[in-house]
Amino acid sequence: MPAESYQDDGGDQVEGGGEMTTMNVAKYKGLPKGLEGDRAVAEAMRQMNPDVVAAYPITPQTEIVMRFSEFVSNGEVDTEFIAVESEHAAMSSCIGAAAAGGRVQTATSGAGMALMWEVLWVASGSRLPIVMHAVNRSLSSPLNIHCDHSDTMGMRDAGWVHIFDENVQEAYDSAIQVLRIAEHPDVMLPTLHALDGFIIGHSVERMETLPDEAVKEFIGTYTPKYSLLDFEHPATFGPMDLQDYFFEHKRQQVEAIQNALDVIVKVGQEFGELSGRPYGLMEEYCMDDADYVLVALGSTAGTSKVAVDMMRDSGVKAGLLKIRCFRPFPHKMVSEVLGKRKVVGVLDRSISFGAQTGPLCLEVITSFFTHGVSPKVVNYVYGMGGRDITPAHICEMYKELVEIDKKGITGPVQRFFGVRD
Amino acid sequence: MALKSWKEILIGGMITDVGNSINYKTGDWRSYRPIWDDKKCNNCKVCWVYCPDGSITIKDGVMIGMDLDHCKGCGICAQECPQKAIKMMEETKLREAVK
Repeated sequence: MPAESYQDDGGDQVEGGGEMTTMNVAKYKGLPKGLEGDRAVAEAMRQMNPDVVAAYPITPQTEIVMRFSEFVSNGEVDTEFIAVESEHAAMSSCIGAAAAGGRVQTATSGAGMALMWEVLWVASGSRLPIVMHAVNRSLSSPLNIHCDHSDTMGMRDAGWVHIFDENVQEAYDSAIQVLRIAEHPDVMLPTLHALDGFIIGHSVERMETLPDEAVKEFIGTYTPKYSLLDFEHPATFGPMDLQDYFFEHKRQQVEAIQNALDVIVKVGQEFGELSGRPYGLMEEYCMDDADYVLVALGSTAGTSKVAVDMMRDSGVKAGLLKIRCFRPFPHKMVSEVLGKRKVVGVLDRSISFGAQTGPLCLEVITSFFTHGVSPKVVNYVYGMGGRDITPAHICEMYKELVEIDKKGITGPVQRFFGVRD
Repeated sequence: MALKSWKEILIGGMITDVGNSINYKTGDWRSYRPIWDDKKCNNCKVCWVYCPDGSITIKDGVMIGMDLDHCKGCGICAQECPQKAIKMMEETKLREAVK
């Protein structure tokens, strides 16, 4: 376990750590399977055996709810499954059940997440460690069921810890880790992990699950400090909080989500000891000598690794920085890893309408400014509504980064890759 | 009471000293005050049943008055009283009368 702190104490995040590499020694041998992302998440939920799951099916998350309700019907879990009438009710039920002291999970996508909006803030403000499996989908209108990050980016300021998965294996692994992150006493915040709709959610990949007893050991038991059902120590949850204390409670939430930086790394390391797959806040690919770096979230990070290999074959010093943890944003590490590169391109699969760049690029540029580094940066908005992104597309971006190095940035910082002009 | 810092309070606005709403005087929101006529009152306690704020004070099973620190002046007691023993009066006029 790394000794350094990754927390933001007055802007001093310590260098290093958090990188994902393969460990040779794992406590448990994995069980190889071919699963879609949704099924892998449902399998993780079965192994975690939550006290309560309240969820409403929505494409492309449907298979999680469908599969998990089968586990409930077959008696394979002890979970109280609440078939709610909407996502607003799903999250509200999760809040009640979590306040009652249960281990609580839900899953949603796109419009369903948007319908949760009001109560997402109640979950974080009430400091309830609810786990959400979010399968990324665009937001209407026009109606579209395919992947972009508009949904989870829309809740980026709701006070939830927010992790992105690259592939089915990560979706399974993160599904288990987020429970530990959420319940950590220094955090106590609702936590989501996001897997790209269809691209991860519905694609079968070779992956490994842990034995049931390994997951059971990893998640341990949960005893909340306060609970509505603890009649010996009565507590009021979610009371009125006006001008005198509301701000102090928001300040506590800021502290808690910053604490998650350390916790995510520790939990990721511990998961690595168990499975051979350690996790951190981000992952560097071919970054030792990289001059031209793309920054990406989700499944596009995997596609970009192929593109990096292709560019390296043609002699370009290309590299990739995959951001796993978007909230809290590891700004110090990002500025340290990227500060001295020639050109950085940031990939956004969502649009912050009226802002200069997409949400990830805004974070990256802010990190550079606050830590006093200034590599050239451009922003590629891509893949809206599930538009395909291939290694060849990403190679075009790397080639543009090389051109920018020679000629400087001409044209707007935000570029819309793959849209017809 | 000195206000505490964010490091000194429970997370999530949680309250563990239950029943502390008694310390929050909501009565100063009131614009109409219930005036109780104990001569008309036959102690049926219908007002006590209806009062949404528990502001009808009962002692030894007998109605003895209103808790004006918490009564918000909604007037439900006056509306429901079968004896018409409660009437609502404007706070401003009552306060002027005191001057």
